[in-house]
Amino acid sequence: MKLPAPPLPKFLRPSPPRPGRGNGNGDGNGAGPATKPTPKEKAVEGTATAVGWLDERTGLSPFLRGFLYRKVPKGTNWYYTLGSATMFAFLSQAVTGVFLAMYYNPDTASRAYSSASYITNEVFLGEFVRGMHRWGSTVMIILIFLHMGRTFFFGAYKYPRELNWVIGVVLIVLTLLMGLTGYLLPFDQRSYWATVVAVNINASGPIVGPYLADFLRAGAEFGPTTITRFYALHMLAVPGLIAALIGAHLYLVAKLGTTAPPWLKAQKKDLMTEEL
Amino acid sequence: MADPPKFDKKSRYTEGRGIAGAFEGETVTRRRLMEGTALAAGGIATAAFALPALGFALGPVFEDTSRENWQSVGLEADFADDAYVQRVINLVPQIGDPGKTTIYVRRFDPELDDARNDDQPYVAISTRCAHLGCPVRYIQASKKFVCPCHGGVYDFEGKVAGGPPVRPLDRFYTRVRAGRVEIGDRFSVNSELDRFSPRDPSNHIDGLWQFLYPSRPTT
Repeated sequence: MKLPAPPLPKFLRPSPPRPGRGNGNGDGNGAGPATKPTPKEKAVEGTATAVGWLDERTGLSPFLRGFLYRKVPKGTNWYYTLGSATMFAFLSQAVTGVFLAMYYNPDTASRAYSSASYITNEVFLGEFVRGMHRWGSTVMIILIFLHMGRTFFFGAYKYPRELNWVIGVVLIVLTLLMGLTGYLLPFDQRSYWATVVAVNINASGPIVGPYLADFLRAGAEFGPTTITRFYALHMLAVPGLIAALIGAHLYLVAKLGTTAPPWLKAQKKDLMTEEL
Repeated sequence: MADPPKFDKKSRYTEGRGIAGAFEGETVTRRRLMEGTALAAGGIATAAFALPALGFALGPVFEDTSRENWQSVGLEADFADDAYVQRVINLVPQIGDPGKTTIYVRRFDPELDDARNDDQPYVAISTRCAHLGCPVRYIQASKKFVCPCHGGVYDFEGKVAGGPPVRPLDRFYTRVRAGRVEIGDRFSVNSELDRFSPRDPSNHIDGLWQFLYPSRPTT
């Protein structure tokens, strides 16, 4: 089976040569006199050359074509975009987070709070970028649970997609961990006491709990390295894991395909024509 | 006509399995040996950076970095045995304000207090709620400690009077030096006011529970 080449938009398609004006490639061997390529033709040609250069050396186009133009079942609808929406929420968090890290100072002795308030009150667009990160975190958690609900109610977790469900559950836990570790960073009263309570909830687990709490606090009390520890988890360890697992998640989606919605019955007539 | 050489696929020796260029008595092919060597080298290289890094991250779980730290909170005459006096002490001096905590101090009262703590001249109650660690406040009118977060209530001795807390409020060691009251390290108490090494809030320490929430190296 051959997949169709992606359709080019009309303005990128080469136009056929006009009668009596050469063969269109400007080499002068055509019927008419040679014409110089227009700037538009040059641009199209240059782009095609650059893309061709990359493709020849990476072999990326069959992969991209398979990934972007793969067949989806009948009945695919807007609910199937919740996963991509979650991923874009993550990308937004990653980008805004990188820029917030340029101003933020994870120092327990009051500098964390003052750098956060500096971002909000002094930096150009600081309130906006911090707001995107702060509200985007909530959006991401809402989207990831909606995505999980879609997967559950459409039965998309069943064979052969169980592993992707498991990866998704790990991603939810990691996303919640992002929420927990990020909550401390503004270091106001609410952050501090919410983190104290959250760490003590961890401590309530029998046997391992107290050690887990010591690990999170880096000691028996909320100390000088607690906030840097949370910051490192928040900006390096957990996002790295999330990015890697999103890659695995997407690979399995492309490999296994998506499911049709449960209300769609297999249509025998279509099956026959497809298979015969 | 000579029989073709017979090879036994299950032979212990590579020669017996008919592998070209096999040495006599050789049991592991060179390809397999190289595979194993490459995997082992990769494993050793990974362990060489991963294990120290892991130890670096986990280190604080296994060491006690707190020093013995006695802090004066006032003259003996400042404290009574029937009312709490509020004081602020430094638990983690390196981090400034976030490392400070409020405590409530009163003189030990032999008529009210249990004799098992009579080696402590003063009763210094920690404001860290034994439920999840929010700061409790002492209400003089009702002689109760009340937690704002989830409604924990403690009586005058710091024992649980209501709400979710699992054990009484923690206390601090006290001593008197040159007429001044000094506050030392934290200790936890069970519902009988027996002393335990400091436990996290939410850790039960009555009866068999104490084995589920063991003492930690950090305290």
